[in-house]
Amino acid sequence: MAGKKQFSTFVVDRLLFGVGVEKVQEVIRYQEMTRVPLAPVVVKGLINLRGQIVTAVDLRRRLGLHERAATDLPMNVVIRHEDGAVSLLVDEIGDVLEVEEGTFESPPGTLSGEARELIRGAYKLQDKLLIALDTDRMLNLVTTAARGT
Amino acid sequence: MDDIVREFLVESNENLDLLDRNLVALEKDPEARDILASIFRTIHTIKGTCGFLGFNKLESVTHVGESLLSKMRDGELLLNAEITSGLLVMVDAVREMLASIEATGQEGDRDYHAVIETLTRLQNSEPQSPPAPAEPVTPAPPLPHPESTSEAPPEEERRLGEILVGQGKTSPAQVTAALDKQLQGDPRRVGEILVENGSAKSPDILEAIQEQKEVRMLAATDTSIRVDVGLLDKLMNLVGELVLARNQILQFSTTQQDALFLSTSQRLNLITTELQEGVMKTRMQPIGNIWARFPRLVRDLAMSRGKQVRIEMEGKETELDKTLVEAIKDPLTHLVRNAVDHGIETPEERLACGKPAEGRLFLRAFHEGGQVNIEISDDGAGVNLERVKQKALERGLITPDHATRMSEREILNLIFLPGFSTAQRVTNVSGRGVGMDVVKTNIEKIGGVVDIQGQSGKGTTLRIKIPLTLAIIPALTVTSGGDRYAIPQVSLLELVRLEGEQARKGIEMIHGAPVHRLRGRLLPLVYLNRALGIEVESSSDGAEKLAADVANIVVLQADDRQFGLVVDEINDTEEIVVKPLGKQLKGITTFAGATIMGDGRVALILDVLGLAQRANVVSEVRDRAVVEKAAQTEIRHDDGESLLLLRGPDDGRMAMPLSLVARLEEFDRGSVEKAEGRHVVQYRGQILPLIHLSSALPERRQQSRSAESAEPGGENEKIQVVVYADQGRSVGFVVDRILDIAHEVGKIQKHTGRQGTLGSMVVQGRVTELLDVKGIIQAADASFFDDRVAA
Repeated sequence: MAGKKQFSTFVVDRLLFGVGVEKVQEVIRYQEMTRVPLAPVVVKGLINLRGQIVTAVDLRRRLGLHERAATDLPMNVVIRHEDGAVSLLVDEIGDVLEVEEGTFESPPGTLSGEARELIRGAYKLQDKLLIALDTDRMLNLVTTAARGT
Repeated sequence: MDDIVREFLVESNENLDLLDRNLVALEKDPEARDILASIFRTIHTIKGTCGFLGFNKLESVTHVGESLLSKMRDGELLLNAEITSGLLVMVDAVREMLASIEATGQEGDRDYHAVIETLTRLQNSEPQSPPAPAEPVTPAPPLPHPESTSEAPPEEERRLGEILVGQGKTSPAQVTAALDKQLQGDPRRVGEILVENGSAKSPDILEAIQEQKEVRMLAATDTSIRVDVGLLDKLMNLVGELVLARNQILQFSTTQQDALFLSTSQRLNLITTELQEGVMKTRMQPIGNIWARFPRLVRDLAMSRGKQVRIEMEGKETELDKTLVEAIKDPLTHLVRNAVDHGIETPEERLACGKPAEGRLFLRAFHEGGQVNIEISDDGAGVNLERVKQKALERGLITPDHATRMSEREILNLIFLPGFSTAQRVTNVSGRGVGMDVVKTNIEKIGGVVDIQGQSGKGTTLRIKIPLTLAIIPALTVTSGGDRYAIPQVSLLELVRLEGEQARKGIEMIHGAPVHRLRGRLLPLVYLNRALGIEVESSSDGAEKLAADVANIVVLQADDRQFGLVVDEINDTEEIVVKPLGKQLKGITTFAGATIMGDGRVALILDVLGLAQRANVVSEVRDRAVVEKAAQTEIRHDDGESLLLLRGPDDGRMAMPLSLVARLEEFDRGSVEKAEGRHVVQYRGQILPLIHLSSALPERRQQSRSAESAEPGGENEKIQVVVYADQGRSVGFVVDRILDIAHEVGKIQKHTGRQGTLGSMVVQGRVTELLDVKGIIQAADASFFDDRVAA
């Protein structure tokens, strides 16, 4: 399996994203959330994951995409993180895809803003692009990056 | 790392702590052979094991230590300060090497030749003090002893004879005689022979046997096992989740009729509670674990400062959660250092003040009201209030204006401000201007409070109160803006509910800042939804309606200040499991964590102090409080005097000079106790004698209706007390009512000389009698003023 990598994929604002399958602890449907006042805006709330309290980060906000319609309920992609689990709120869950390392390309210079930090690059699938996210940065930067917004 | 090495490390580290303690104890009592034997054994064990494991350097250091100790054991050397220091240095060296082994598996590159040389030199030095007297108190030669040879290795415990001789119950010669008899074939035990000879009494023998047994018990370590802390933490988490599941089931069971289900969930409830307590207990550690280091610390520090300090401890066995033990370790160490370094004076200074040369440091711990109380007191110089004031002024922490009006307690508590140190000299131990504020912050971080009391010249006492555990706490849940929040019960003072008319009028505004009059005092109000910035989402007219109809005020304590938190709804109190917030949310000081409620939803736990700071309650009110106090005690500096006006026993107006009044207090009638035939109350850790004004002015009594009706009364009824303090002694006057404070230039008209009064004068346009405070005190307690002179 040299040169191949498995990605857990999901859709956010019609874009296909992926994180390494080994980073994903589990995928669960919408959970009721408790909002956290005064928290960075990307933190949508806290969910109860079988007795564990997990911070839910809204990927749309994190990536600077359009707000989700209030009626659409997000799904949770729970990521294993050094400091316990963190949930990424996404629109739809995709399949686990196996991609060739050879199809990877770094993000173009025209990709700007904060998203540039978070996107490692894209895998060229047949009909679309799979955008690979850097989960560590995404979760580590939450505090500093999102304060101002 | 090998298991065997790890075990060696754990065991040795424990032994070293014991060694520290034993050495310091032995220095005090160099002839205590059992302590010496224990020290010897410890070193011997370490030496033996490390030789076996191939740690040569460690072995060579412990070897010289052992040789030195064996000389002492044989009575060739007597322990002195120098030898103690040498041995302590060796303990440090061993500790260092153990740390290195733990980190790298190697002994490290440090050179320990100096230590070895010192120890060798000490070994060969002449005994400084003459060897033990001709008839040694301790029977040295191990005599043949049929009684115990079969039971334990001879080094492990003391013989019956030794114990008896040690207690002075019999003489060594008698014991030897008894043992000789045994050798000659007497089948009886040593004790029996001694009793028969009349050389010892049987109760003494029984006592000695008891002591022997206790030693044997201690040696039996089979009843405990080592458990990995990680495992305990995991267990604690699981129990936390079980508690949550239990809460959910209990909530669900209220909607059910099924009897079997109800009784089962009841059982589940009980078992869970017991399990929770059990698991919490496994994480409990005696505070003695931290204290164990202090004798050594105090000894070293006292020596380097040329002081003599005796450390005493009470309540070593007081237990608290492991995480808390860790958390208070540093603050406590700091306070102990402070006490030795700054508190206790040098022997010369102490003798000059008429105190014993040796200072006393007293540590005390006890459980009270679900909290752990720790007190650290010394009998040193105390805190010099003037110097504290001076320093605070220099540093710009207070204004000169404030300084003149601050109470003693307030001044004392200044030392907790950041950037404060009264040490005249910066030493390498303390006095760098960081310290007490860090102590305070660290203790507050774990939900504790710290308070200082002291008297210049007499000593200082620091009181720390911390919760037993942080994992599961009682909390009040409230709702605001549609979300639930938990408020830790420790910060909660009371709940106030205003309805209808009250709600409309009860909340007043001071230039936009809402306040509520709570028993005559203004309580600043904080709207939880506004403080959290969530009012935008709740409709504004809804909030107004709420304010108009009903107001729920949760009165909270934050850092010595009170404030009212206005919430939409007050729900319930329950035990909650505290869970930390993710790293992404750590920066928010308003929340202390989160918890899962009975319905499975997450609720945030409010950090009351953080919230108060966010709402500017703490800093803002502090300033205001100072101003308020100033207004209360303001004295116009012209001729005349400020007077405290009271209603006297015969309903007349009476006055006493305000300058004699320390404080005005209110006590529950139920808190009045009787001692030595007088009424007293417990007041700030002291006993405050009470003088009833009605009985101090006997000739008025028969005319007095109010005084008599004031005597009995409900337990909860309040009594008004005027506290009079003179040079550290206080007395409280029980009065009917405090009327006012007036400033009067008037003249006392001397007349009649009735008992207890100085005369009358016109105050605020009314005739007022001036109380003879000192005379009344003297009449009630003739020794009050004498004692003071003597003290």
